[in-house]
Amino acid sequence: MSKAQAVAYKQGDYKSKVKPIWCPGCGDYHVLISITRALAEIGVAPEDVAVISGIGCSSRIPAYTNCYGFHGVHGRSLALAAGLKVARPDLTVLITSGDGDGFSIGGNHFLHACRRNVDMTYIVMDNRVYGMTKGQPSPTTEPDWDSALSPGGTGLRPFHPLVIALASGANFVARTFSGDPNGTARVLVEAIRHPGFSFVEILSPCVTFRPDEKEWKNMVHTAPVEPTDDAARAARRIMTDDGFNLGVLYRGHRAPYQPEIGTASVDVADLEEAFLL
Amino acid sequence: MLKQMEGSLAVAEAVALCRPEVVCAYPITPQTHIVEGVGALVKSGALENCEFINVESEFAALSVAIGASAAGARAYTATASQGLLYMAEAVYNAAGLGLPIVMTVGNRAIGAPINIWNDHTDAMALKDAGWIQLFAETNQEAVDLHIQAFRLAEELSCPVMVCVDGFILTHAHERVDIPTQDEVDAFLPPYEPVQVLDPAQPYSIGAMVGPDAFTEVRYLAHEKQLQALRLIPEIANVFKDVFGRSSGGLVHPYRTEDAETIVVALGSINGTIKDVVDQMRENGGAIGSLSICAFRPFPLDELRAALINAKRVVVVEKSLAPGLGGIAAPDVRMALREAPLPVYTVIAGLGGRPITMAALQEVFEVAGDDRLPDMQFLDLDYAAVEHELVRARQIRRSGPTAENILKHLGAPALASGE
Repeated sequence: MSKAQAVAYKQGDYKSKVKPIWCPGCGDYHVLISITRALAEIGVAPEDVAVISGIGCSSRIPAYTNCYGFHGVHGRSLALAAGLKVARPDLTVLITSGDGDGFSIGGNHFLHACRRNVDMTYIVMDNRVYGMTKGQPSPTTEPDWDSALSPGGTGLRPFHPLVIALASGANFVARTFSGDPNGTARVLVEAIRHPGFSFVEILSPCVTFRPDEKEWKNMVHTAPVEPTDDAARAARRIMTDDGFNLGVLYRGHRAPYQPEIGTASVDVADLEEAFLL
Repeated sequence: MLKQMEGSLAVAEAVALCRPEVVCAYPITPQTHIVEGVGALVKSGALENCEFINVESEFAALSVAIGASAAGARAYTATASQGLLYMAEAVYNAAGLGLPIVMTVGNRAIGAPINIWNDHTDAMALKDAGWIQLFAETNQEAVDLHIQAFRLAEELSCPVMVCVDGFILTHAHERVDIPTQDEVDAFLPPYEPVQVLDPAQPYSIGAMVGPDAFTEVRYLAHEKQLQALRLIPEIANVFKDVFGRSSGGLVHPYRTEDAETIVVALGSINGTIKDVVDQMRENGGAIGSLSICAFRPFPLDELRAALINAKRVVVVEKSLAPGLGGIAAPDVRMALREAPLPVYTVIAGLGGRPITMAALQEVFEVAGDDRLPDMQFLDLDYAAVEHELVRARQIRRSGPTAENILKHLGAPALASGE
């Protein structure tokens, strides 16, 4: 990435003219700012970025950028993105999702995307609720959160995305807060630059269906320790923190998945040779 | 009791009156209010002995219902659109296993392009999965069909899908007569499964069946649907005796006796069609209509009897088989296979496009003169599609069709919600 490119783009170059339809006060507005700020900081051309999503409030983001956008079906964004990235390894690929799209209906793909370690960045706006369908519990919702679709609460232990990402092989794991767009942008820059599958959980309050989350701004705090490349250590920290610990929590060194598109075809004579009994 | 209420909540009350023991659901528009309504009744204690499970996907929702039903519980779920397609494997599975699950489908279009509004593409995609498919014309019928559906499903040991038009019915506030618990209990006996977990005789469900027996098992699935052809009107008659109103059955003919033109349709659009029929009758038009309530099993004989004396049939349907035309229309033709009368297909209301009385009347009048093409799209913007066709012919890299059409039309939809 040349310096000339780095100064060539401004944050606004990555924004489309489509006006977001999120509720006033939604954390996702700030996530959009952080993403465009991070891309401007990296200096990658908008046409060299693909933003892939599934379904939900968070999945509106591709339409709000000037990059290539793909609004896929519910929960399948990671699989779509893997296909896109292996076909066009030169593109910077971001996947924007939420706790419903990413961890419930798309939960299986999350595990395997971490394993596959394709060089892309998975940004999950976690607000612990299905916002677009107006307030149902997601896998990260507290067990006692009462709603019409979970009378008396689900009673289920919340999903722990960061630890699951670690256990499944993600190469970069971080947690940020939408209310700190500069801090989030800094982490996103690092996540995008880090080779392999990077996972960034952004605590992004849903002020409409989870007004209690307005308090998050008083609860978040910077991780008091340096990032580690020891997955077990990172997992122990994350398992024992309060869920509001922000920062880069793990940086791994696994080699990213290498697509083999474009390799020379094998000669039939060589194949026959190889299969000679 | 007469109530003025949202269709979804009326369906929820009807389902709760049927005393389901396991309800599982995943949110999807326009179905969500239904299962939220059931959830609220569980929470308030109005629905007792019901395990309400919030699941991670529609695939899980129906799979949980399959497990519950296989273990002898009365199971219910609801979905729509993409959710129905996502659970498609389980939809076939439930029917193949003969499990009497009742599922509401709040009918909605299928993407891409993503669209949350009403049409029948979702239910039509699963029409041959082996489920009984009933289409409600009004919210009252939606309520009544659910009560009938549990009895029908359990008598046959076959799953039943009750199709309720998304938004047009699910979100419409109408006057609905909600029966009492005693009335429903008198109509719907406790569930007596044909498959039970019996410690004296343990068995495996879903075992492999090879070429030696597969055809026979599939034949029996077909035979079950044929039994349903007899049972659906019987149950509708018993329902009328208990509740004092007609709902359900196979077909609802309207002013068809001396009609030269008969319009056939499914679901809520029949209300508009009947208004058009009345209007045209006032001006001397010989027109009638027929609502198909049971789409699977398909009532070939009843359709034939109702349509055979007409001069033409117009099928108005909210679904499209690209490359063929209508999806319901070929089935209607099958009912009239030896009759010489034309069966026209009118594709209408895709992705929630409003179907106006004026547009319907125009098309019915043209049909009355036998000037209608075999297949026609109601209110299609020919200029917009022609523009895109020309563009695609001229430019190899013409880009995504949906985006192009939106741009051509001024892109108002890009900024709208989902």
